[in-house]
Amino acid sequence: MKALLIAECRDGKILDYSYELFGFAAQLPADAVVLLVGKEGELPECGGTVYLADVAKYGECNPDLHKRVVLAAVEREKPDYVVLMHSSYGWDLAPRVAAGLKVAQLSEVVAVAEDGFELPCCSQKMRRKAKPVGSPVVLTLQLGAFPVVKPGGAPALQRIDADAEGEGKVEFLGYEPPPPKGVDLGRAEVIVSAGRGIGKKENIEVIAALARALGGEVGASRPVVDSGWIDAGHQVGTTGQTVSPKLYVACGISGAIQHLAGMKKSGFIVAVNKDKEAPIGEVADVLVVADVMQFVPALTAKLAK
Amino acid sequence: MKILVCIKQVPDMESRFRPDASGVWYSEIDMAFRVNEYDEYAIEEAVRLKEKLGGEPELTVLSLGPDRVVEGIKKALAMGCDRGMHVQDSASQLKDPWQIASAIAASARGENYDLIFTGLQSQDRGSAQVGTMVAELLEYSCATTAIGFEYADGSVTVKRELEGGLRAVVRLKTPALVTCQLGLNQPRYPTLPNIMKAKKKEILTIPVSELLHEEPRTVMAGFYAPAKKGTGVVLEGDVADQVDKLIGILKDKTGLLR
Ligand SMILES: Cc1cc2nc3c(=O)[nH]c(=O)nc-3n(C[C@H](O)[C@H](O)[C@H](O)COP(=O)(O)OP(=O)(O)OC[C@H]3O[C@@H](n4cnc5c(N)ncnc54)[C@H](O)[C@@H]3O)c2cc1C
Ligand SMILES: Nc1ncnc2c1ncn2[C@@H]1O[C@H](COP(=O)(O)O)[C@@H](O)[C@H]1O
Repeated sequence: MKALLIAECRDGKILDYSYELFGFAAQLPADAVVLLVGKEGELPECGGTVYLADVAKYGECNPDLHKRVVLAAVEREKPDYVVLMHSSYGWDLAPRVAAGLKVAQLSEVVAVAEDGFELPCCSQKMRRKAKPVGSPVVLTLQLGAFPVVKPGGAPALQRIDADAEGEGKVEFLGYEPPPPKGVDLGRAEVIVSAGRGIGKKENIEVIAALARALGGEVGASRPVVDSGWIDAGHQVGTTGQTVSPKLYVACGISGAIQHLAGMKKSGFIVAVNKDKEAPIGEVADVLVVADVMQFVPALTAKLAK
Repeated sequence: MKILVCIKQVPDMESRFRPDASGVWYSEIDMAFRVNEYDEYAIEEAVRLKEKLGGEPELTVLSLGPDRVVEGIKKALAMGCDRGMHVQDSASQLKDPWQIASAIAASARGENYDLIFTGLQSQDRGSAQVGTMVAELLEYSCATTAIGFEYADGSVTVKRELEGGLRAVVRLKTPALVTCQLGLNQPRYPTLPNIMKAKKKEILTIPVSELLHEEPRTVMAGFYAPAKKGTGVVLEGDVADQVDKLIGILKDKTGLLR
């Protein structure tokens, strides 16, 4: 078995989660060949073949050209699997490659099963198993589902080129920095976070009162920020802040992977949710099955005594 | 100008999911369905563009699925789309993204849409494939994960959201397809007069068999709850009792309370 691993660069640097691709290849198991649109001074730490397409020519955000480079590498290597991370780069590029090859794509793989792959579904509440038909298969991997493996060794560098005529259809105008942080949740010992389950903007105050009673800060899930209930500086998750307080209290938060990625390393996690099967239960040390608007004020009142 | 919005109907995510008789997808018994959250952003963005351009563009909303998806189409019409297209398929849950994209692309081929909006992903299947594949099949330019969108003179500028909140700004020429991310806009609630007006709007029905000639690329092989790795305590019952128990645990385990 052979896997073509598509590593990822930003601002010329290889992203660390690209090494999860090796962790996955080891579990298949498959021999790994790497493809990177990057530059020579920044190659992955691995032996074996590494195909390099020059980022100066193909750009970092030009998926049409990246697709052509991937197809060229597939042509040369005839891999069984083409593997990307399920990141903003991977979910953007993978369907273009799969459509180009007219082959199956399985998205956000979390585990290798005996006869197929395990994928999350229904907002992470459930799992499904899927088997690809035909070959090669394009896969994207859930961030954090497979271990980071740095094989080490010296790569056997091969340059790869594809037709850059026509420049592709997406013109990259530049990066824009993330919105300013506002509160530094990284230092807080306790964070009490509000999710959509709090119901309305006014109820933020109920969450803030518990945060005060515990001497902590207020965090939030993304919909709470998107709805304008609190400003973006409070958002926890892949597109917000990554936090690891001693205590994290998630109030009315379902536990989507993008939220969990920002808080699952917290010392102790309490979740308050009316749904006993909410995926936040997976990481919670204590799951309180209750209505937030009943439980949280009761807890705050008791702590004040 | 012609615009297409693709929407999927999905169950309320707070539902309890159980396998259906086939064992490879969920049972629809007792499920309440709604429009996929990401697709509501797609509808809203299309309607805003129409308003901005003085009502000139024609907005078609398409949904592929069983008869229940007409409810979703009606909501989009009440939000401001002009006409609906129901690609009727009573077994859409068994189609893979490649097939769904092929059917949508087939319906779009003769229509020469200038712009297509889809969601980034569906909340139930979550493959984040259908939109991008439609673009590939139609050879449209495509940007995914839009949190910002602007149109001017045949080109669109999209702010794409990357990890850690970083954004990439890209420009595409029409015809183009954009997949919408959470927070792109605040979807409106249909007003009563608009719901009434929507009743008069046309909804075309096309059987999927007229559009789809592709075999699936994947076989669905199972549907189940994730293995519980959590060793967490679950507190149920009376609130006062839950409060006391939780305070006890926090005193024991965190050293934050005395
Ligand atoms: C690329 C990308 C990046 C993202 N980045 C982030 C990110 O950085 N941070 C983030 O948080 N999300 C992010 N998301 C969104 C994420 O996928 C989820 O949509 C989001 O985390 C859900 O927020 P939530 O849990 O508050 O809401 P929901 O998923 O709607 O959950 C609400 C929960 O509240 C419970 N509830 C409802 N009413 C009550 C009540 N009265 N009492 C108790 N419980 C109740 C429900 O059972 C449910 O579990 C991102 C998504 C994408 C695609
Ligand atoms: N059955 C369908 N009918 C119409 N549009 C769909 C359908 N399935 C998926 N889509 C569109 O494709 C997007 C991505 O879906 P998915 O690939 O399932 O994650 C959704 O947000 C919708 O806009």
